Amino acid sequence: MSLLDVRQLNVRFATPDGTVAAVNDLSFALNPGESLGIVGESGSGKSQTAFALMGLLAKNGTASGMVDYGGVNLLALDEAELNRRRGVEITMIYQDPMTSLNPYLTIGEQLMEVLRFHKHMDKSAAFAESLRMLDAVKIAESTRRMSMYPHEFSGGMRQRVVIAMALLCRPKLLIADEPTTALDVTVQAQILQLLQDLRRDFQTAIIMITHDLGVVAGICDRVLVMYAGRMMEEGAAQDIFAQPSHPYTRGLLQAVPCLDASHGEQYLATIPGNPPNVLALPPGCPFAPRCVERFDACLRPAPLQRFAVDRQRACHRTTTELGVVA
Amino acid sequence: MSQAQDQALLVVDDLHVHFNVGRESLLPWSPPRLLKAVSGVSFTLRAGETLGIVGESGCGKSSLARALIGLNPVTAGSVKLAGRELAGLPASQWRPLRSEMQMIFQDPLSSLNPRMTIGEIIAEPLRTLQPSLSRVDVKHELDRVMARVGLLPNVINRYPHEFSGGQCQRVGIARALIVRPKLIICDEPVSALDVSIQAQVINLLVDLQKDEGLALIFIAHDLAVVRHISDRVMVMYLGKVMESAPADELFSRPQHPYTQALLSAVPIPDPQRQRSRVIQILEGDLPSPISPPSGCVFRTRCPQAFADCATDVPELREAECGGAHRLACRRH
Repeated sequence: MSLLDVRQLNVRFATPDGTVAAVNDLSFALNPGESLGIVGESGSGKSQTAFALMGLLAKNGTASGMVDYGGVNLLALDEAELNRRRGVEITMIYQDPMTSLNPYLTIGEQLMEVLRFHKHMDKSAAFAESLRMLDAVKIAESTRRMSMYPHEFSGGMRQRVVIAMALLCRPKLLIADEPTTALDVTVQAQILQLLQDLRRDFQTAIIMITHDLGVVAGICDRVLVMYAGRMMEEGAAQDIFAQPSHPYTRGLLQAVPCLDASHGEQYLATIPGNPPNVLALPPGCPFAPRCVERFDACLRPAPLQRFAVDRQRACHRTTTELGVVA
Repeated sequence: MSQAQDQALLVVDDLHVHFNVGRESLLPWSPPRLLKAVSGVSFTLRAGETLGIVGESGCGKSSLARALIGLNPVTAGSVKLAGRELAGLPASQWRPLRSEMQMIFQDPLSSLNPRMTIGEIIAEPLRTLQPSLSRVDVKHELDRVMARVGLLPNVINRYPHEFSGGQCQRVGIARALIVRPKLIICDEPVSALDVSIQAQVINLLVDLQKDEGLALIFIAHDLAVVRHISDRVMVMYLGKVMESAPADELFSRPQHPYTQALLSAVPIPDPQRQRSRVIQILEGDLPSPISPPSGCVFRTRCPQAFADCATDVPELREAECGGAHRLACRRH
């Protein structure tokens, strides 16, 4: 029984320049305690997918399709129903921890507010629970920190506070939108380790939205690669990294310089061209204009096909043509 | 040694950049507070060489870059470009030097004037620095650099907002290139770009450097990118150089505990290896640069620190492994 079942999710934005199809026919499922990485470049629709799940789309955006969470379609819920789940069962953390915290309230007030609102705790119980959670995210001197303001914390500490806040109600699902992009590598390593530990301790499923393939390799069980609002391929993390079955995933993996490759190789493999203009997508496969494997069939949309247990891809080239051992 | 000095393009000696950040309290007689962004950095950059500078945010790498090009005042020390002292140079005398040294910034869009066309933006440095040049000559140079960075001639009259981040960064590179500088300082030039675009821009920089014999100072927090592009890498922490060595040497045999921790923190895009690695997690946060720790600035987070580290300031000196490997650590 999956925790979250997304079927045929479409997100559209009405803009003065026309309708933007940010997410197209996206389907995926997530098991309890599982971690899914959604990878893509800017404009791939990865963040809008998360916002659609949380009911946080901008005013000009509409989501259609089905997001089944415990037998309820999240997309059909009204604001009050959503609020009963948001922050309790499904929570989200964002890229910039400063903007997700209220600069006028102390960390303690912000943490306790969550518990008092959702769990109707009294002040002392909320205080004790918040303190416990600050300890869980390894913030030293947690009692003193409770009365401090966000600006007194460093970036990494703020992200810890935000994670603590997201986990206060013991959610079943945590959506992390580029949680470490604004942080230094050493702090990133701390936060990723923390997310791993918390996932183990609290059995929280994680959807990790990122452009950093290294981050995905470290903590995700499954990976979903998106381009121009469509799923390009999906599968277990080790399979995707070992045998990418889509030219886009391949290009992406090759374009990342490797830390332990010696200086010898002078040029990086590139994906030619520029990211797609979401207002004017090509008729067929959205990646076709930049694809090295492009041929006539690519002018038609590539349907998503399951080609191995637990792996699917959207590409007209066969796996044999691309030399993928499934 | 004499040959190396002949070729030396930029010689930085004991450079200090301090900022005055107000007083300790509101009382007018309380002592002023100094933020020592860069304290005692020395290095030599040869013509055509790429020096990578890495470190976490707040380590002073951007302050260093901005001081080199005169955007931050130099508090003490010397910066010599081709034998000419730049530290303390009055603003009026900087202008002719701008055609020797240029800079590329992190955010490609915000570093371009939104009211100017691409052509105007790229040609502006040339028009300013060589006002005697005829329109035809400017146009000729403009076409040359645009072709060089891979911008089509038909974009010349378009505005920055019409471009993607990667294209804007190409415009930024073309603008730096048009005056034919000997040195370009790149401050996080690819960190705002998507992975696939990042590779294009890095390849362009590698190409330019090879063809035009450019020297680059490449500042980035992405260590893999720095390894890829640099001949030599300098690791900074809290305004000081911790270790410096040829790129391959530094990445395959890091000696300083900070470099080791930094390298182990970089995630590797390979699930099997990433999960089997021992990641050395640095505890705590960067100390405040206003009141840095005594002795070795890294000692508060160093897994190998011992009593002497609190009292002695380690000097940057040749490492035991020899070569051009230099490090500042009491353990070695």
